[in-house]
Amino acid sequence: MLAGVFSLLSALLLLSMDAADVAFTEAAVGAGIATILMLGAMALTERQEKPPLHRWRTRLPAAGIAMALGGLLIYAMSAAPPFGDPLAPAQSHVAPYYIAATEGEIGVPNLVTAILASYRGFDTLGEVVVIFTAGIGVALLLGTNRSADK
Amino acid sequence: MQHHLVLRVVAKLLFAPILLFALYVQFHGDFGPGGGFQAGLIFASALVLHGLLFDIEAARRFLPDFLLQCCAALGVLLYAGTGFASILLGGNFLDYDFLLASPVAGQHLGILLVEAGVGITVAAVMILVFRAFADHLPCMGEEDW
Repeated sequence: MLAGVFSLLSALLLLSMDAADVAFTEAAVGAGIATILMLGAMALTERQEKPPLHRWRTRLPAAGIAMALGGLLIYAMSAAPPFGDPLAPAQSHVAPYYIAATEGEIGVPNLVTAILASYRGFDTLGEVVVIFTAGIGVALLLGTNRSADK
Repeated sequence: MQHHLVLRVVAKLLFAPILLFALYVQFHGDFGPGGGFQAGLIFASALVLHGLLFDIEAARRFLPDFLLQCCAALGVLLYAGTGFASILLGGNFLDYDFLLASPVAGQHLGILLVEAGVGITVAAVMILVFRAFADHLPCMGEEDW
């Protein structure tokens, strides 16, 4: 429930950063379908947690590793370029070419669509195959249609 | 079937506009925000909303699982087929410049076909996943609501 609210809020956040495409996705997946599937998964599994088997001896190293990793990520964040920096590597590598060439080569006003479907068509094909595979995986794990077996 | 009357009425009112908006996002993706992925999700979320409040079996008679499974595969095939079509017409894989006479028109057609493939697969898989979950949940009786 909270995750759904969080997704809806981050969709608004993305919308305010002019990333309407991502905001659509976040609102539909995060706030809509994922929340429903999460609630469904909670209803399918047990409500009571099993008593934990591991003791402090195994938990302390795990906590240490998690905190070290978190610290490392926070340390690495200090080297990241500031938000919206036009000289950041992500903005200065291929992005200027896409911005300059899309109008002439693709002729599509939406730059995001041009990059996703044409310049990076291979990656998007991979994404579609991933979604298809995920669908097959769920079908294999949960079965396709229970009423058809009756 | 008297429970959640308000939700049912609102869902009935919203169902068609959500589907229409999904088609708009699908085919207007070249010009405004959106594209196949978003359109497929919005389309699926309309059917998920329907499935939450109404009988899934009724939706299943209209849109059988087998058809959705075929659609999920069809979307991937449409995407990859566009790629192979551009090979056969003399270009590289997924190089839409060769699909039509002029490169820009070819790009337009290629993006349209590819986005349609993405949208079909995403919508079909999302609806199938939701139904797979819903099939395993016990049906709530009238007095449980």
